[in-house]
Amino acid sequence: MELAELIIAGDRRAIARGISLVESQAPAARELVAALYPHAGRAHIVGITGAPGVGKSTLVNALALDYRRRGARVGIVAVDPSSPFSGGAILGDRIRMRDLAGDPGVFVRSMASRGNLGGLARATVDAVTVLDAAGFETILVETVGAGQAEVEIAQAAHTVAVVQVPGMGDDIQAIKAGLLEIADVLVVNKGDQDGADQAVAVLEAMLSLAPPRVGPSGDAWTPPVLKAIATQGAGIAPLAQAIAEHAAYLERSGQGQQNDQARAARELHQAVREALWERFLAQAGSELAAAVQRVRDRQIDPYTAAEQLLRDAEP
Amino acid sequence: MLPLVATQALEVIPAMTNRIRVLIAKPGLDGHDRGAKVIARALRDAGMEVIYTGLRQTPEMIAEAALQEDADLVGLSILSGAHMTLVPRVLQQMRQQGLAEIPLVVGGIIPPDDAVALKALGVAEVFGPGTPTTEVIAFVQRAAGARP
Ligand code: B12
Ligand SMILES: Nc1nc2c(ncn2[C@@H]2O[C@H](COP(=O)(O)OP(=O)(O)OP(=O)(O)O)[C@@H](O)[C@H]2O)c(=O)[nH]1
Ligand SMILES: [Mg+2]
Repeated sequence: MELAELIIAGDRRAIARGISLVESQAPAARELVAALYPHAGRAHIVGITGAPGVGKSTLVNALALDYRRRGARVGIVAVDPSSPFSGGAILGDRIRMRDLAGDPGVFVRSMASRGNLGGLARATVDAVTVLDAAGFETILVETVGAGQAEVEIAQAAHTVAVVQVPGMGDDIQAIKAGLLEIADVLVVNKGDQDGADQAVAVLEAMLSLAPPRVGPSGDAWTPPVLKAIATQGAGIAPLAQAIAEHAAYLERSGQGQQNDQARAARELHQAVREALWERFLAQAGSELAAAVQRVRDRQIDPYTAAEQLLRDAEP
Repeated sequence: MLPLVATQALEVIPAMTNRIRVLIAKPGLDGHDRGAKVIARALRDAGMEVIYTGLRQTPEMIAEAALQEDADLVGLSILSGAHMTLVPRVLQQMRQQGLAEIPLVVGGIIPPDDAVALKALGVAEVFGPGTPTTEVIAFVQRAAGARP
C-alpha cells in the first residue's frame, strides 16, 4: 500500500512518516498532501496559544483526556522553537502529556518551528492535514510560546483558545493588540494562583470594549472567559463545551464558511508565492547573488534591483 | 522590517529541512536527569531536533513516543542501576512497534560487563560518565544518518 493509503487507513507508523515527509518539504511531500487533501477537512482544529509557560501543554493534555472520555479521536501537534543559531531544538511539550500515553485514539507529534516566525512551523498545516486525513476528529495545535505577533494560528485553526495566567497585570494590556483579537475562547489557567478572578474580570472588561464579532448571518460571537486549573483537570469540561459552542456558531452563522474561504485563499496564495520564488531562484539564482552585492555596495536600491531581476527572468 | 525577515526565513528554510530527530527518555523511577539534559542540549546545539520525554517513562511509553515522533534514534539515560531490566523491555517494545531498525543507545552508570551484555542484546552503543558530548554527537550523526 502507498503511504497515503496507509495514513487514510489510520496506520500510526505511516502517519508518523507522513508528518516527517511534509516537514522535509521534499517534492514527494507535495504529492502526499495532494493525495490526502480530498480526505481531510473533517476535523475540528483547535489552536492553543499564549505566552511561554502559561500551561498550554498541560491544558492540551487535560483537554485531550476530556475529548477521549466522549469518544473523539484526538490528534495533537505541539510546536516548540528552533534555535536560530544551530537550527536544532529541544521539544519538551510531551513531558506534560504523559496521561495520553498508551491510548490508540491519541497521536502526539512534536514539531520544531524551523525558522518560521508566526508561532507555527511552515509544515504545521500539512501535518494537521495528515492527522485529519487519518481520521482524528479533533486536532489540537499548540503554538510556540507566543507574544503579540505570533498569530498564524488564527488562520490554521477553526477555534483559537488564548491562554493567560493570573498576575500578568500590564502584560494583559499588552496582548490587546495581538492575541486577544484572535481569541475565540479565553482561558485563565493556573486558577489555583492568586488573582485568577481578577484576571478574568480584566479580560471580560477588555472584551466588552471590543467591537462585537458578527458573522454573515448577523449572529454575534462573544469570546467567553473561562478559569481553569490544567494540572488538576478543573474547568476543562466547560472549556471543551465553549469550544463546541464556537464550532456550532461557525456553522450556524456562516462565519465558518467565510473563514474556510479565507484559509483556502491564503494557502493557495502562499503556495503560489513559494512556487514563484523557487522558479525565480532556479532561473536567476546567480544574478540574484550578484544583485545582492550591488545592493550592499549601494550601487542600486533593492526595489529597482528586484524589478530588473524580474524583467530579466521573464521567459 | 517584517517582510524582510520573512524573506530571510524563506531562504534559510531549505537548509533546515531533514533534521535528525532524537528521542531522549528517562525510563523507570530514576530521578537523575542532568546527564539526559546535557545530552539533549548538546544534540540540539549540533543542529538536531531532540524530543525530551521527561522522567518516569515506561518502556511502552518510550516505544510509542519513538513511533509517533518518527525518531531516527532513541537514547535512554539510566543511573539507577535498573538498566538490565529496563533496556531489554524497551528493546522488546520497540520491536513490537516495528521499530527494530531504529538504533537505541544507553547512557549513565552502566558497569562494563553490563555494557557488553546490552550490546549483545541489540543496543547500538553505551556511554558512561565523563563521555565528551562531541563523541555522542559524532556517534548519533553516524547512526541516525545511516537510516533509510
Ligand atoms: C548528582 C547526583 C545526584 C543528584 C541528581 C540531580 C539530578 N536532578 O540529576 C541527587 C542528589 C538528587 C541524587 C540523588 C540520588 N542518587 Co545520585 N548521584 C549523583 C552523581 C553524584 C552525579 C550524577 C550526575 O548528574 N552526573 C553529571 C552528568 C552530566 O553525568 P551522567 O548522568 O553520567 O551523564 C553522562 C554520561 O553518563 C552520558 N549519558 C548519560 N545519559 C545519557 C543518555 C544518552 C542518550 C547518552 C548518549 C549519553 C548519556 O553522557 C553524559 C555526559 O558525559 C552520581 C555519581 C556519579 N559520579 O555519577 C550519583 C549516583 C548516580 N546517585 C546514586 C544514588 C544511589 C542516588 C540516590 C538513590 C541516593 C539516595 N540514597 O538518596 C538518590 C536517588 C534519586 C532518584 N530519585 O533517582 C548512585 C547510583 C548507584 C547505582 N546506579 O548503582 C550514584 C552512582 C552515586 C554512587 N556512586 O553511589 N543523585
Ligand atoms: N499551579 C499551576 N501550575 C500549572 C497549571 N497548569 C500548568 N502548570 C505548570 O506550569 C508549568 C508550565 O506548563 P506547560 O504546560 O509546560 O506550559 P506551556 O505553556 O506548554 O509552556 P511552553 O510550551 O514552554 O510555552 C509546568 O510546571 C506546569 O506544571 C495550573 O493550572 N496551575
Ligand atoms: Mg508547551
